[in-house]
Amino acid sequence: MSAAVMPQGRRPRHLTIGRIGVYAFLATAALFFLLPLWIMVVTSLKPMEEIRLGNILALPAAMTFEAWTKAWSSACTGLECNGISVGFWNSVRILIPSVILSIIAGAINGYALSFWRVKGANVMFGVLLLGAFIPYQVFLYPLVRIFSLTGIYNSLTCIVLVHVIFGLPTMTLLFRNYYAGLPIELFKAARIDGGGFWSIFFRVILPMSTPILVVATILQVTGIWNDFIFGLTFAGRENLPMTVQLNNIVNSTQGERAYNVDMAATMLAALVPLVVYFVSGRWFVRGIAAGAVKG
Amino acid sequence: MDTISIRAPSMPSGGTKAQRRVKTRLPAAIALLPTALIVLIVYIGCMLWTVRLSFTSSTLLPKLDWVGFAQYSRLFANDRFLTSASNIVIFGALFISGCLIIGFLLAVFIDQNIRGEGLFRTIFLYPYSMSFVVTGVAWQWFLNPGLGLQKLVRDMGFESFTFDWLVNQRMAIYTIVIAGLWHGAGLTMAILLAGLRGVDKDLWKAAKVDGIPTWRVYTSVVLPLLRPMVVTAVVLLTTGVVKLYDLVVAMTLGGPGIATEVPAKFVMDHLFERNNIALGTAAATIMLITVISILAPWVYVRYVRPQGRHA
Repeated sequence: MSAAVMPQGRRPRHLTIGRIGVYAFLATAALFFLLPLWIMVVTSLKPMEEIRLGNILALPAAMTFEAWTKAWSSACTGLECNGISVGFWNSVRILIPSVILSIIAGAINGYALSFWRVKGANVMFGVLLLGAFIPYQVFLYPLVRIFSLTGIYNSLTCIVLVHVIFGLPTMTLLFRNYYAGLPIELFKAARIDGGGFWSIFFRVILPMSTPILVVATILQVTGIWNDFIFGLTFAGRENLPMTVQLNNIVNSTQGERAYNVDMAATMLAALVPLVVYFVSGRWFVRGIAAGAVKG
Repeated sequence: MDTISIRAPSMPSGGTKAQRRVKTRLPAAIALLPTALIVLIVYIGCMLWTVRLSFTSSTLLPKLDWVGFAQYSRLFANDRFLTSASNIVIFGALFISGCLIIGFLLAVFIDQNIRGEGLFRTIFLYPYSMSFVVTGVAWQWFLNPGLGLQKLVRDMGFESFTFDWLVNQRMAIYTIVIAGLWHGAGLTMAILLAGLRGVDKDLWKAAKVDGIPTWRVYTSVVLPLLRPMVVTAVVLLTTGVVKLYDLVVAMTLGGPGIATEVPAKFVMDHLFERNNIALGTAAATIMLITVISILAPWVYVRYVRPQGRHA
């Protein structure tokens, strides 16, 4: 998945009608992709009268950040009116342990699977991979029962555990494939030097894992931040993540809808993944492609 | 666990070779144990439990009686489920083919040695980083007839312009497709572009010598070469189709009426709101069977048959 390779193919150098056509197509496509973002941003900066009367595409005539402060600290989700900041901090509290634990689990699994011949490990891995494609709805109800019986249903522990469980297939696959690409001689040398399972992992393998750790982090941060269904089902009312709160703000408001507040809240909810995306650049694509299916 | 590893170096003194091997591999087995338990309890156990529940008459609480296929007959007589099933077929067909066509076109155009390639790529892919809830809310706002696109065009002087798909029973599902395409087309582009960059340079030279038009080369030579990338993209997009839930909840909440209901939402609603566990799990089982019959051959060929490398 290296997008850094030089472009190939026929390369006309001068501006012909065909070239203009190419740019026209790309520019039109770019407009389509940018349109919703543009509309969200300008709407969030307008007062409501301007939204009702004016052009949806137009820049705000009287720019105001009122909707943003309202969305952050006083928008209503049902009966409570504490803004989406509650959801933001809930998402942060869910995100950090979930990302760390699921990456640790994936790294250990991947290492054990690619260097140690454990009986039945490949069967387990096969089932796990199939599990990645099975709709979550198949697991949800029994899981809810199990968590209720153990008394952790609707808690932070519960939602973190769920993210770790359903992150296992992707994370294991990611690390397994990466470790399978490392030179086997390295592992053999470490074995001859008397290294055991954990000492080889911590002293030899983990120090070589930086690229895949970055990819895994990008993948999990955006994935877990954007999760809706698990947060809704397992987090409980006290810990609802930002996506669920956003949906509550937008789709359950009584009376007239404050579109500017809705859009500000939407932008706030999109901010973390967008920042991850723009900062990580090509790593982002690598992550999705590698994590999802590349074998 | 660390102590085990210290006591298990590669040259232990006693025991047969086989015993030693078992001993050195013990920590690896222990490390895999939690995952093995999760696979057994969650991935297999919960799945079987769901299937079992679909043969009961459970409503608010799970029962373990046996009513045979009664829930399945009810399911296939249920308007809401039938609408869900047909919606997911419409969405899946249009979303996957749309993503492939748009993604391929974008990739080919970006591959023409253009200026600002990085910028275009960034613009086409950024929607994929955002959640379906954000995507749904954004498109719901843009397509709402009162203040969105319809009003925009009418204000420009086209008084009779109508674009009310979002609130139109027959057309609403297509607004979900549009939002889905916006979210997923860039990903397809990124995957196919990586494939295009891997095409042999000499191929282009040969085609040029033979005077074959560029578009012919793309459709007849390059596209077949991209098969693995297309398969990758299709698998990714298919899993997205099956999971379709958040986008619908955020954008239309299944409405207007039941026009945009989808199977995942049908299951969620029956399990957690409508107190009909048996019917919900029956629908989940149908989803499971559908997905397994589509994906099992692919997973087998790709992952299970070529065994992982052994140390």
